[in-house]
Amino acid sequence: MTAWLLKDVRPYGEDAVDVRLVDGRIAEVGPDLSDGAGRVLDGRGGVLLPGLVDLHTHLREPGREDAETVETGTLAAALGGFTAVHAMANTDPVADTAGVVEQVWRLGRDAGHCDVAPVGAVTIGLRGESMAELGTMADSAARVRVFSDDGRCVSDAGLMRRALEYVKAFDGVIAQHAQEPRLTVGAQMNEGVTSSMLGLTGWPAVAEEAVIARDCLLTAHVGSRLHVCHVSTAGSVELIRWAKSKGWDVTAEVTPHHLVLTDDLASTYDPVFKVNPPLRTAADVEALRAGLADGTIDVVATDHAPHALEDKEAEWGAALPGMTGLETALAVVVQTMVEPGRLTWRQVAERLSATPARIGRLPDHGRPLAVGEPANVVLVDPGACWTVDPRASASRSRNTPFAGRELPSRVVATFLRGTPTVLDGAPAPREP
Amino acid sequence: MRRHLLSAADLTREDATLVLDTAEELARVSRAATVKKLPTLRGRTVVNLFFEDSTRTRTSFELAAKRLSADVLNFSAKGSSVSKGETLKDTALTLEAMGSDAVVCRHSWSGAPANLSRWVRGSVVNAGDGTHEHPTQALLDAFTMRRRLGRVEGLRVTIVGDVLHSRVARSNVLLLHTLGAEVTLVAPPTLLPVGVGSWPTAVSYDLDAVLPTSDVVMMLRVQRERMSPTGERATAYFPSAREYARRYGLDVRRAQALPEAAVVMHPGPMVRGMEIAPEVADGARSTVQEQVANGVSVRMAVLYLLLGGAVPAIGAPVEATA
Repeated sequence: MTAWLLKDVRPYGEDAVDVRLVDGRIAEVGPDLSDGAGRVLDGRGGVLLPGLVDLHTHLREPGREDAETVETGTLAAALGGFTAVHAMANTDPVADTAGVVEQVWRLGRDAGHCDVAPVGAVTIGLRGESMAELGTMADSAARVRVFSDDGRCVSDAGLMRRALEYVKAFDGVIAQHAQEPRLTVGAQMNEGVTSSMLGLTGWPAVAEEAVIARDCLLTAHVGSRLHVCHVSTAGSVELIRWAKSKGWDVTAEVTPHHLVLTDDLASTYDPVFKVNPPLRTAADVEALRAGLADGTIDVVATDHAPHALEDKEAEWGAALPGMTGLETALAVVVQTMVEPGRLTWRQVAERLSATPARIGRLPDHGRPLAVGEPANVVLVDPGACWTVDPRASASRSRNTPFAGRELPSRVVATFLRGTPTVLDGAPAPREP
Repeated sequence: MRRHLLSAADLTREDATLVLDTAEELARVSRAATVKKLPTLRGRTVVNLFFEDSTRTRTSFELAAKRLSADVLNFSAKGSSVSKGETLKDTALTLEAMGSDAVVCRHSWSGAPANLSRWVRGSVVNAGDGTHEHPTQALLDAFTMRRRLGRVEGLRVTIVGDVLHSRVARSNVLLLHTLGAEVTLVAPPTLLPVGVGSWPTAVSYDLDAVLPTSDVVMMLRVQRERMSPTGERATAYFPSAREYARRYGLDVRRAQALPEAAVVMHPGPMVRGMEIAPEVADGARSTVQEQVANGVSVRMAVLYLLLGGAVPAIGAPVEATA
């Protein structure tokens, strides 16, 4: 029997109680529980949340183990408070077969830091030409439910329609990277005032919005499920609000970096700020925060995109797009949403745990903090303040855009099925 | 002045005026001396780091450095650094190890000189980066205007052509604004950047309407690949070279609409018959040849000022025995 007593913790930031975890479940919740058998963790009034679930993580394995592995990426995830991550399909080889998704799933299980739910590619080789064997991936040991060509857009309207229809058979969802390729040839950053001065080819908002509008209509037409990855523009928020008002099954995510960073950061030409979709304007940031607050945007997902040093220490145009995010996601949400009073901790639990678990169809994650539920929980010290140091990251890569920034709140402990993966803000020693 | 010249925006009005005055002085000294070389930068090393072909700009910088007695290394790496296998950072560290005092950098990616400036101790001069900037071109253009028309402040300067992809246009807009000129951009809407409305310029689609009130008209090169940017015609910026020339080319008839004293500029290389008629390019209003000559003086001034040459050193021609 493994047992932990979490003393003096505040579920959802509400009243302080003690919580006992026994054999992978929440066994008891109440004031002044007796110590009993097992270990005790003094929560010091920290906030207890269900373990976070990331719908959008790049673990880079197989193929770019120099940038990240399932082991290092999931450890970073655990340190960020996550108990499950969805591993994107743009690996090498691409996760477009049952073999690859099962490999990634197994690597995650062996690493043991958090659950890994592989995302399957929508099209073979992410080429956007023909559908991959989605059903076989769904039926595999990896139980794939989220399908995405992320990094690339399923731009062919006919193929997108077919994919949306096809995944209905196994309750799948298409997670679309909305980017009209014809409008983003050679695109380097948000198209606007800053790009015009920097001489960097623009990535216009309309290239995202046009695809979202089309996909919402397709989803309604075939009665399927659409998830929009990394929404980055005010116009996209409007379109999703409209689709939801129609009752269509459309969900959307925003990344932490799009909640705080803006395109003027490109003016240093430091590629750590190069990301796809690109950083947008302050008006977009505000619309994204408002959308997240009112529920138009369902989820915060990291789009954790580690890159090797040589792929970032380059000219802006030659550098790869992407930022790490697993270890800073919650802190950015606290800073941008919780501290200004735009989200309660209960809503944080919804946006970063319950809803992503529901979209990804992970039955054991995102569950309420209640007796009998799986003991996937995270303890947060909301009063902590820390400075982001890329060298201190558990990720194999260093491309955080928050280096040197002060962020509020720190993950103290993470429990996966009752076993700590993180204790005292550090990787937990393995229990025998 | 700052340590690097990466953008025309790095120059205050005082800086820019100092460069132009210094260039004037250096040109005067060079003219007067029997030997054109000055000893000012003797023992200093200037590296011409060109990742993109540019005979004109490279030779101009080379001549400028040599006239100041600097040692010049030409480091040419055609194509992108990535295709060559060596990263820009490695190249920078190599130059650093060689002890270069200034790096003159031309690169096909916008911002590459800015990246470079973080890896080297010496000064970096942007000699044209992607579609971003070309600050010494703007300086030599301002120098040319000042020589021809006596001033820059208050001049009505019309810049015509592919503003979207032009580093010359960006640097000129910034510098001319700093120096108090009134700039109007003229181009088909497809060749103006989104966000141009925030620039300190007027914008017009109608060249004929603007020419009668222009003291300077600067024609930009229009690259033919703009008509099929991704190898196909669907995303062309304009339908044909003929239509472009008809609407935006400076032909003989249009040049006659200019005020009496107005000058015609072109940064080169020109596409004769497209953006500019040969008669206009070679006519009395044209400053094309002067721009080339002035380029050397202005680049001498930039290298001299960035490398901290002592003011009294100007005016002392190199000795014959040196």
